[in-house]
Amino acid sequence: MAKKTALVQGNQACAAGAIYAGCTFFGGYPITPSTEVAEEMSELLPTVGGKFIQMEDEIGAMASVIGASLTGAKALTATSGPGVSLKQELIGYACIAETPCVIINVMRGGPSTGMPTGPGQSDVMQARWGTHGDHAAIALVPESIQEIFTETVRAFNLAEKYRMPVQVLFDEIVGHMRERIVYPEPGELELIDRDPVTVSPEDYKPYDSTKGLVPPLASFGSEYKYHVTGLNKADDGFPTTKASLVDAEERRQIDKVECPEARADIESNEEFMTEDAEVILWAYGSSARSARYAVNELRKEGIKAGLFRPITLWPFPEKRTAELANQAKAIIVPEMNLGQMIHEVERVALGNCAIEGVFRVDGDPLNPGQIIDKVKEVI
Amino acid sequence: MAYDYEKSIRPGKLPHIWCPGCGHGIVMKGLIRAMDTCELDRNNTAIVSGIGCASRLPGYLDACTLHTAHGRAAAFATGVKMAKPEMTVICCGGDGDGTAIGGNHFIHACRRNINMTYVIMNNFIYGMTGGQFSPCTPTGMKASTTPYGNPDPVFDISKLAIGAGATFVARTTAAHPREIDKLIAQGIKHNGMSIIEVLDDCPTSYGRRNKFRSVVDMMKRLKKDAVPAKAAAKMTPEQLEGKFLTGVLYHDNEKAEYTEQYAALIKRVQEGA
Repeated sequence: MAKKTALVQGNQACAAGAIYAGCTFFGGYPITPSTEVAEEMSELLPTVGGKFIQMEDEIGAMASVIGASLTGAKALTATSGPGVSLKQELIGYACIAETPCVIINVMRGGPSTGMPTGPGQSDVMQARWGTHGDHAAIALVPESIQEIFTETVRAFNLAEKYRMPVQVLFDEIVGHMRERIVYPEPGELELIDRDPVTVSPEDYKPYDSTKGLVPPLASFGSEYKYHVTGLNKADDGFPTTKASLVDAEERRQIDKVECPEARADIESNEEFMTEDAEVILWAYGSSARSARYAVNELRKEGIKAGLFRPITLWPFPEKRTAELANQAKAIIVPEMNLGQMIHEVERVALGNCAIEGVFRVDGDPLNPGQIIDKVKEVI
Repeated sequence: MAYDYEKSIRPGKLPHIWCPGCGHGIVMKGLIRAMDTCELDRNNTAIVSGIGCASRLPGYLDACTLHTAHGRAAAFATGVKMAKPEMTVICCGGDGDGTAIGGNHFIHACRRNINMTYVIMNNFIYGMTGGQFSPCTPTGMKASTTPYGNPDPVFDISKLAIGAGATFVARTTAAHPREIDKLIAQGIKHNGMSIIEVLDDCPTSYGRRNKFRSVVDMMKRLKKDAVPAKAAAKMTPEQLEGKFLTGVLYHDNEKAEYTEQYAALIKRVQEGA
């Protein structure tokens, strides 16, 4: 039987992906350009017995998602840059309390209200460092409607596996654009649930590092009772100010994402004509679509261009970016902001090649011509 | 025989953080007695708090306990209750946490009439940060940020809750320990949003600045100014000047409970009606 296909908007594909992943709770607040995710979830969740709630504000939405997750639900919220700014406090809470959840950020410009109906990519550093304190971050940046579906599924998998908030960022262009989607069959994509607790209720510690870098999380309302707090805590979940315990817990919560095994598992990139490339376009999200077009055009003119497209933005693809900096004469970083990821590219390139940005923040998408012009200027 | 509180307290978690003379311990004992009265299964009970002295309460109790961020208890609790309606959900916290930074979550939880019980300890001050005025600090009183007397008008928490749509609202004080557990138990049994406001004392941050000479003085004051709602019905406005009402202030069994409404919605959608 032929697979089910449809012409859908990115935000709709996101909701469909969440349902496919087993999401049973959505807590949200209306904000352009992400609102269609909430609208879709309000329609879809009751059909699968899940719960949708529109909360009183962005912070409340994030709180409800963490609360629901602690009962064992796969939980989702969707917002845009200003909403993520408000949610940052509780994104930090989800980090320290190690509560799985997925946050969709359909990006627009900024700061503040900015241009609500225009695209932007200016939240990529907010996704890494928006909340206060040291913490790990996972952020995924799909470029197409099909990929929004699969990356939303992967976001749930990573959230449950690594017991933390995972952000999926795509800009208004991809969020509101319609493309053909081929829906995966049930069972076609891997679905990951959080690890079950295997010890007895008496022996259960929610942050027991002897169980690995990601200790299993029990659900409220099960045979396990435990304490959750945003304070620094010991392995039993209760607050502590003991230096050695605080230090060990903070480091474990970062190591669980940044150790080599986890990076290899979480990182995901696409490369297009990079093998012999002398100029690398390092681009993500909808900017990568323009960059791919630019590569094709440049190749026609005999310029050896290639595209490196991170699909996992955080943790940052350090190793491969460094290799490409050694191989290429130049890396061009197109972004719909005034230069954010370019700083990371510069950091790992160690001066081994020229690095230039192509930036745009006027509410229009980056077009291939701008990128082509910049490449020609640099080489 | 002395009441057995120990079985409800997590081993090794006492002593608590509260100052000598603080009323929060009295409220915690009342909550334990109420939970016993209602025969709550502790595995199926979530106790959720925000930030502040009163919000440290859940950590001492043997249940599923969730110490959240400042003001966010009601919103976290809403997520817990929506996702798992079979759980009993109790919130606790202070006046600043619940009605200032958490005011939006508080009123909207009341509006939804979601089945949970919020025990709000109103000690008229931000205690943990050292005594800044809250929305409940009486006008004219001293706090660390009102050295010339508090210029702000005051929130009446119970009236706020009634106005916002809570369906069981009661008030008592730390000087009325037996009423605390009776009202909390009624709140837990009520199918809807229950607000139990407990007027409380903070000798360290409030009493000290406002010339209450002792904890006993503060308790006596709470007792003197408390008027049971039934008795108040027979009193004149002059007689009620400076007093506050205690007991059950509002009780409505008619308004639909939120999670039940949503369960009905799911049923309707799934049956294709």
